[in-house]
Amino acid sequence: MSTLVALARAQALAAGRAQPIATVRHLHVHDQPLVLIPLAMAGEANAPLAALVGDDPAAPRLLVVNQPRNRDERFAFFAGLAEVIVPYLDSFADATEAVPVDRGRDVRHRFVDAPQVWVPNPGGADFLRLLGRSTRFRRTDGDHPVPAAVPLLGQWLTFLASSAEVPGSALLVNAVQALGLHWVTGQSAAEDAHFGSLFAWITDGPAAARSAETGPVAGPATDPEFDNKVLAPLIASASPALVPELRALLMPTWDRMWRSIALLRDLPVGERVGSRWDSDRDAYSAYVAHLTEDGTPQPRRDGAVAAAARLQRLENAAARYAVQRAFDDPLVMAEHRLTGAAFGGVVTLAKADRIDDSGKRPVLRPRIMVATTETVRVEPGASLTSPSRPAQKAKVISVSPTVTGADVVLELSGGMGRKLVAEPGSVPAIGEQLLLTTLSEAYRPGAAFPDPADTPWTHGGPPLHHGDSAVE
Amino acid sequence: MSQTDRLRGSAPGKRHNARTVAALTGNPGCTRRAVLDAAGVDKVRLAERIGFPGAFGQSRFALARGNAFEAMLKADDCALLRTTLGAYVGGYEDLGADEDDTLTVRNARTRAVLAAGAEGLLDHPLLTLDVAGQTVFLEPDLIAYQNGTQLQVVEIKSFAIIDGQADGAAVSAAAVQAAVYVLALRRLLGDDRVSHEVVLVCPENFSMQPVAVVIDVRKQLSTLRRQLSRLASVSSLIEALPAEVSFDDAQPVPSLLSSLDTLTARYAPECLSTCEMSVYCRHEATGRTEVLGRPVREALGGVETVDEVLALAAGTQSPRPEQAEAAALLRAAQRLRDEALGR
Repeated sequence: MSTLVALARAQALAAGRAQPIATVRHLHVHDQPLVLIPLAMAGEANAPLAALVGDDPAAPRLLVVNQPRNRDERFAFFAGLAEVIVPYLDSFADATEAVPVDRGRDVRHRFVDAPQVWVPNPGGADFLRLLGRSTRFRRTDGDHPVPAAVPLLGQWLTFLASSAEVPGSALLVNAVQALGLHWVTGQSAAEDAHFGSLFAWITDGPAAARSAETGPVAGPATDPEFDNKVLAPLIASASPALVPELRALLMPTWDRMWRSIALLRDLPVGERVGSRWDSDRDAYSAYVAHLTEDGTPQPRRDGAVAAAARLQRLENAAARYAVQRAFDDPLVMAEHRLTGAAFGGVVTLAKADRIDDSGKRPVLRPRIMVATTETVRVEPGASLTSPSRPAQKAKVISVSPTVTGADVVLELSGGMGRKLVAEPGSVPAIGEQLLLTTLSEAYRPGAAFPDPADTPWTHGGPPLHHGDSAVE
Repeated sequence: MSQTDRLRGSAPGKRHNARTVAALTGNPGCTRRAVLDAAGVDKVRLAERIGFPGAFGQSRFALARGNAFEAMLKADDCALLRTTLGAYVGGYEDLGADEDDTLTVRNARTRAVLAAGAEGLLDHPLLTLDVAGQTVFLEPDLIAYQNGTQLQVVEIKSFAIIDGQADGAAVSAAAVQAAVYVLALRRLLGDDRVSHEVVLVCPENFSMQPVAVVIDVRKQLSTLRRQLSRLASVSSLIEALPAEVSFDDAQPVPSLLSSLDTLTARYAPECLSTCEMSVYCRHEATGRTEVLGRPVREALGGVETVDEVLALAAGTQSPRPEQAEAAALLRAAQRLRDEALGR
């Protein structure tokens, strides 16, 4: 929690109104998202009770398990869910575009769009992950066959849930996190985790949030009181009133979900959001290809090499996401300015035509001096970048304290054209307001991991069999 | 009539269990909870009386499944439980019968059986533990498994372990509760007689098949010991209270509120999921930075009220010497926010 965000929370509490913590939207919002609100049966290991699902706000589809312990009903529910979700997910595997790879020597194709599924909260995403786990290994033949769509649904849900772990991915979005990325309320994070309460705070203020707290839950867990007083008698008597009761419970959340999406859609989109959605389309395209070619379900647990590679991808994505958000949004960058990882100042000296000829060939290395009143926590030799010129590197030559702050001398390289004279405007001019940061968008190369067959003994040795597709 | 009985009034006392001890050590600075628990006040009832009810029920579906799982394990002289634990030798004795008047009898029986140290399974032993200078009985929900020279705590839980992983919050709650039992057993029998490794028996994957997992609770034990030693002596707190303080159900609401006022609470948003009084304490803490959560309060430099935070950030209030650093940070944050939002 940065002091900047904490201050925004205090301001929200004092004003009784949610405060922005972003000036742009950091999330791709789809034109045609699918909303899914799952409800779980208390006590059971991830047994579904109901789901409200659909891509049309006016036409939600309610799926209910009337007798949660009945195995056939449960799989009928999965089949019903697959009927709605799988065609939606498939519908984007249509038009493709060519993307140059290998420095333009080759092209690969990816779909021009990808699906986006919204759930209310992180619990909902986790529930989908476990639903995926419990269905993707099911057999469509043998003793207890399930409908053919069920294992496919499981694979898709597993794909969505694991992509949700990638920071900045927007294939599976939870509304609590999406709203919390852009606004803070005057209540604690624990209270914000309740989707209804968070949404009410943002749209109508604290009093509405308090009353939403005791209102209908956003799942997947149900309220024990509701279980005992409403659900239990209805299930025990196999009452037809169960369906309307569950619909009434889920509808407020359904409306809030669509209103949340609209609220976020209204924000101006951040510059780098598109490139993250490109990565999502890559992931989607690759998974569609996997399903048509090989189609084996994801293993229960990753092997050592796959796990290490995945961890590194997640770390890179997290770093990239943090930097991109800061570069897109001055309010996010302000958090880094507060900690000294970035500072703003005015250019007081600039020598744009400075040539460094100490090497074999003379190179253009302009120097500038920036006067700042902010905390500067960089050492000489550090490499900085500026969001306004991301391709240019600024090496810190010296930092000298002044009465009001510090004078920082920087040597620039890159982003000035190929000649020994800088392109006009590529070197900051005297008087220009400049923001410099240690954050860098530079490409991070992936580490080299051994082939799974060469897994070292320290990591369990080579796996005994590839692709654990064992069936329970 | 003792002080604590006077505080509670005519209602029967609520007993401590592993969950309440765990909650107490989760927020050791809260005098209100310590005193109310020590006096055995029914906090659910009290919160309802003063108009701040919380939601602390348990779903009957969850209860039913938990009971079914336990019954399945214990059927036929614990056949399935024995298979799961690999505990084929020894007998099984249930010291159940949860009646108030048999407490001391059950406790004596528990002591005798445990001291004998015969191999086997012992269900529902009744333990005691010193909490804040008071000896409390622990509502038991465990099986003590005497295996060779060591006693092991076995807890049956109904949350599922899927592919070797379970819900983190559920596991850590179970580990803390198990640590409370281990501590109580160790106080009774001595440290080396009771293992720090407890066994959790849970359903595996999506079935009802049990699986046993061993958890090392040394960390939880040392936390628990430290927190218990930090709990101020409740007896002296209670003695220092004015004579008119009482939480008797028959009292009118205003005097219940003024009685609560004499007990300082230490509210944190985490209380909302563990303490029955939390909704009232949250209301009481309105306008203070702790309602925003501990991380936020710390990021705000520990300044106590929201008004003070905003005044320091705007520079309209001059900071006290110890606030100088926090105030400078807040002013910088305010300036950066205004700049970025174009205000």
